[in-house]
Amino acid sequence: MSKELIRLADCSMAFDGETVLNSINLGIKDREFLTLLGPSGCGKTTTLRIIGGFETPTSGDVFFDGVRINGVPPYKRKVNTVFQKYALFPHLNVYENIAFGLRIPRPDPSDTAMRPAKISLGEKDIARRVHESLELVGLRGYEKRRVHQLSGGQQQRVAIARAVVNRPQVLLLDEPLGALDLKLRKEMQQELKTIQQQVGITFVYVTHDQEEALTMSDTVVVMNHGSIQQIGSPVDIYNEPVNAFVADFIGESNILTGVMHRDYLVEFSGRQWECVDTGFDPNQPVDVVIRPEDVTVTRDIAAAPLTGVVASTTFKGVHYEMIIECGDERWMVHSTHAQPPGETVGLSLEPVDIHIMDKPEEFDNPESAARVSDTADEDFDA
Amino acid sequence: MSRRLALPYAFWMALFVVAPLVIVLFYALTTEAGGFGLENFIKLQVYVPVFLRSLWLAFIATVLCLLIGYPAAYILSRETPSVQNSAILLMMLPMWMNFLLRTYAWMSILEDQGLINNLLRSLRLPALNMINTQGAVVLGMVYNYLPFMILPIFTIIQKIPPSMTEAAQDLGANSRRVFRRVVFPLSLPGVLSGVTMVFVPSVSTFVISKLLGGGKQLLLGDLIEMQFLGGAYNLHLGSMISIVMMLIVLAGIQIMNRFGSREEVALP
Amino acid sequence: MTLTKNRNRRVSGAPRPARLGRLFTGLIFVFLYAPIFVMIVFSFNDAKSRTLWSGFTTRWYAELLEDTTILNSLYTTLSVAVLSALIATVVGTAAAIGIHVMRGPRRTVMLNLNNIPVVSPDIITGVSLRMLFVALLGFLAIFGLNFRLGFGTLLLSHITFCIPYVILSVLPKLSQMGKHIYEAALDLGATPRRALGRVVLPEILPGVISGALISFTLSIDDFLISYFTAGNTSQTLPMVVYAMTRKRLSPKINALSTLMFVSVLALLILINVFQARQDKKRRQGDTAKTRL
Repeated sequence: MSKELIRLADCSMAFDGETVLNSINLGIKDREFLTLLGPSGCGKTTTLRIIGGFETPTSGDVFFDGVRINGVPPYKRKVNTVFQKYALFPHLNVYENIAFGLRIPRPDPSDTAMRPAKISLGEKDIARRVHESLELVGLRGYEKRRVHQLSGGQQQRVAIARAVVNRPQVLLLDEPLGALDLKLRKEMQQELKTIQQQVGITFVYVTHDQEEALTMSDTVVVMNHGSIQQIGSPVDIYNEPVNAFVADFIGESNILTGVMHRDYLVEFSGRQWECVDTGFDPNQPVDVVIRPEDVTVTRDIAAAPLTGVVASTTFKGVHYEMIIECGDERWMVHSTHAQPPGETVGLSLEPVDIHIMDKPEEFDNPESAARVSDTADEDFDA
Repeated sequence: MSRRLALPYAFWMALFVVAPLVIVLFYALTTEAGGFGLENFIKLQVYVPVFLRSLWLAFIATVLCLLIGYPAAYILSRETPSVQNSAILLMMLPMWMNFLLRTYAWMSILEDQGLINNLLRSLRLPALNMINTQGAVVLGMVYNYLPFMILPIFTIIQKIPPSMTEAAQDLGANSRRVFRRVVFPLSLPGVLSGVTMVFVPSVSTFVISKLLGGGKQLLLGDLIEMQFLGGAYNLHLGSMISIVMMLIVLAGIQIMNRFGSREEVALP
Repeated sequence: MTLTKNRNRRVSGAPRPARLGRLFTGLIFVFLYAPIFVMIVFSFNDAKSRTLWSGFTTRWYAELLEDTTILNSLYTTLSVAVLSALIATVVGTAAAIGIHVMRGPRRTVMLNLNNIPVVSPDIITGVSLRMLFVALLGFLAIFGLNFRLGFGTLLLSHITFCIPYVILSVLPKLSQMGKHIYEAALDLGATPRRALGRVVLPEILPGVISGALISFTLSIDDFLISYFTAGNTSQTLPMVVYAMTRKRLSPKINALSTLMFVSVLALLILINVFQARQDKKRRQGDTAKTRL
């Protein structure tokens, strides 16, 4: 898992003069599970379609195994796609759907001529490989079923089998679990991860669901407004978000406006706090990100650096979610102990839990962008 | 899936759709003597009564179709699916017979020695003069084009999700109010297409007026036919009449669309 | 066409039509069928009169079947209908696919041009095509190529007014299909041509077939456009009927109408039986699905 398989170099994309991708640079390693994560319209699907060959970048280059493939049509790429709504062929049964790619005559690899002769697989080989891949996705015995007789989860598996059976080097998955219900989603997440390890190929996965991204990926690429915000492992992305957008998009966060006085000292919420961040200009305006689970709530008001009134308390299963009003600010706090609404409480923070970030310039309101992602599941596709 | 696949058709349309209209326009603006201008248009003065009669009769026919067709479509929409299917089938059946034959049949019913008058005479009632009147022409239009009014209205009423009328009832609307505030506004696009589908062929027909109007109720269609194939042979004048008729029809459709887009409601 | 895909639904909540409503629709059907009934009855009338009954006969049918003008025109009508439906379907389906992938003003222009024959009155289409053909034939005559209005111009006109309907019935199927189906085929290694033939065409086939059927019926039914573009050499059945109605007394028309009515009725019943069987199959398929 070291060799770089795909590289997008300065890829930009514009539809009708509207920029959708803004100079993307991204390397994808062999056999890694990489997730493109971001809200609706962030350019993640466009990135996937560039890799798949369905779009040609307006500028920049795409390399596959070191070879530039900008103009190579999808049917000549060693890449297969699992489409958002599966795109199974309704007029073919499960077997024929999976066999579709196998039936296409391909250049003979042993033929060394400039234009090698094309060979087709025999019916026996086709049958063997179709069965293998059905086995892989756990749908043995479903060969003769019509596509519309399958449930969403089963269609999903057929779509995966149909792509994997061609032994691509890379599998592209465009929000493949978007249409499934929550329980099935969780099951399929595990299963996809297992399938990826079994077939040992690169998965490039597009989702707007941050939890899905954190659960499955080796590498997460957070995107917004056509630009890459952060690339890193799930742990890095969660613990060390580079800006307020990433922090807010990955998990819930309190994002407060503050001023960095000097190294290790920040001011927000009306007082100065000790923190662990350095390297900002003196008195630079910053975003301060605090995870709700990092805030400690006490009844001991006198000792707490900040006090507020509980506006609401909601039971969330594992913890209580409380909204606490501190002056003009509303803090979201997760705690295992509930405080009754109307109660005045104290809030305290550890220096390591205060994350300081540059104020972003390229987007106006990170919160609104993040909120959109909860409802819309379709990426920008023009 | 390349847009080049549309190329042959693009050429086809250039030759068989655009070019003919350009030729007609050219003829409309020129005269036998080689003049160029609106001379033919000025000559149309003589035919103003024909224009008015055509528009008037087509208007009456359209209104009658709407008055008969809308209630019929609404009543049908409340029947069970099997009744609906048979009714639609029965309604389309005559449409699949040539309209000349259907119109011809009315001749034998309406004429002076026709079925109705024979019946009246046998009852010792005075005979009626029905054939070769404007009424007969309008009847022919309504008879031929009524299904074109009913079908689109029925289709669109039928597409209104039951949840919408239920929601209206839930909010306290009685059935009259449900109809007035929900069903009727949502069915307007169907009404508009029905009106267009009745008005356009009515205003341009020449067969119905020839068969049921006896050539006495000259319509725009007759006028055009006369200029191209009949006694009055004048391609230039015929072209001008065609252009003017086309403009009237297009203006009509445009007004309908303008009116429609305001009311346009997207139904699933 | 509406007929073949009637997924009817009652406006729920509203009460079933009252008797008055049923009476009203009943009267409409009487209105629609009265003339047809009259025609059928008088097609068996012994006298030449269209209105006075004088005894049963089938001689008008015998005369009809010996009338070479009618038989020739029937042959012309059917061959024009088959040929124009075929050509319009091929050209129209290809064009629909092309238009489907177009965007922006190009698409708008194509769709608007496509709508011209649909919205313009038939008489205008007929007249303008006649003008074109006269001009073209005049142009060819300069080179000593003497052609006249006839079967060729008739066929060209019919193709022209049929293609728009093919496009209008194929386009919705294409957008229903969604672009991912085609892309999935490419993704699995199919060349664009193979993807079109193996995936797109089977997917839009119902639209293509209904386009062909619409073209066929429109062509058979057309009188106005044929009237202006066929000239004297090729006569379609509706043109002959028109000529006959001008002569007034001709009970053969009644016989012809009756035959047409009966064949259309038979065709519709056939389609409906077929449809019912299909529906049954589909329902069985659906129950199989729910059992899964």
